[in-house]
Amino acid sequence: MTVVSVNKDVEALSFSIVTEFTADVKRVWRIWEDPRQLERWWGPPTWPATFETHEFTVGGKAAYYMTGPDGTKARGWWKFTAINAPDHLEFDDGFADEQGAPVDELGITHATVKLEPLDNRTRMTITSTFESEEQMQKMAEMGMEEGLREAIEQIDGLLTETANA
Amino acid sequence: MVVDQLKTKPSDAETDRLFHALADATRRDIVARVTAGEYSVSGLTALYAMSFAAVQKHVAVLERASLVTKEKRGREQIVRGNHEGLQKARHLLDQLEMIWRQRAGRIADILAEDDERDLP
Repeated sequence: MTVVSVNKDVEALSFSIVTEFTADVKRVWRIWEDPRQLERWWGPPTWPATFETHEFTVGGKAAYYMTGPDGTKARGWWKFTAINAPDHLEFDDGFADEQGAPVDELGITHATVKLEPLDNRTRMTITSTFESEEQMQKMAEMGMEEGLREAIEQIDGLLTETANA
Repeated sequence: MVVDQLKTKPSDAETDRLFHALADATRRDIVARVTAGEYSVSGLTALYAMSFAAVQKHVAVLERASLVTKEKRGREQIVRGNHEGLQKARHLLDQLEMIWRQRAGRIADILAEDDERDLP
């Protein structure tokens, strides 16, 4: 089982998810360190991510876009604020306009990633913290279409499986 | 402190309404369209090979599942994605949960490829 638990703390404006993978800590670290691996999982299949910049050093920036089914590009940026290989990473995560410039009014989410060894497995805990409730609301509105499309696809998949059973 | 464990599930009746609402291709298409921007019922009727009354029935099913809202404007009935619910922080968190669960699934797939390569 990949996802162990999820905590949604509305008052603290934070979200965290605990996951476990059958791989060692160094291997799991590479899914963050290597932009070619990162872009295979950051965006959903319907909105794949492309990382144009990925300066994996403290103070370094990452710039990416996600391409929607109709060719729409949604851009974002990260700024790495802590990198302690191979088990601790922190970055600020924000939206960007078409030119890749940060859109400040949409706010910044701070993400913390921690990896811990567990026998031959790795536990990865990700915590996202928001600036304000307003920011969470705006993000909800923006993320809605993407999330919905994904949910619908999943349901489509389930229904196809049932039909073929 | 309000920590919400994931165990909180919507009631069975709510889940049934949601699945029933999304179990139809036309209704899924309506939800995707009105989430991106509002449509009138007649505007939606123009998109599908079915009657105004049939589209209206689909919209009513979606409305009961709280996926869309409907509002009268003059002679038109305007259908929109149900933004109200989503304006609550909790919905973002639900969505983030879904996004991260899917990401975790994709990461597991990438890591599983290594295992396959390692096989003799």
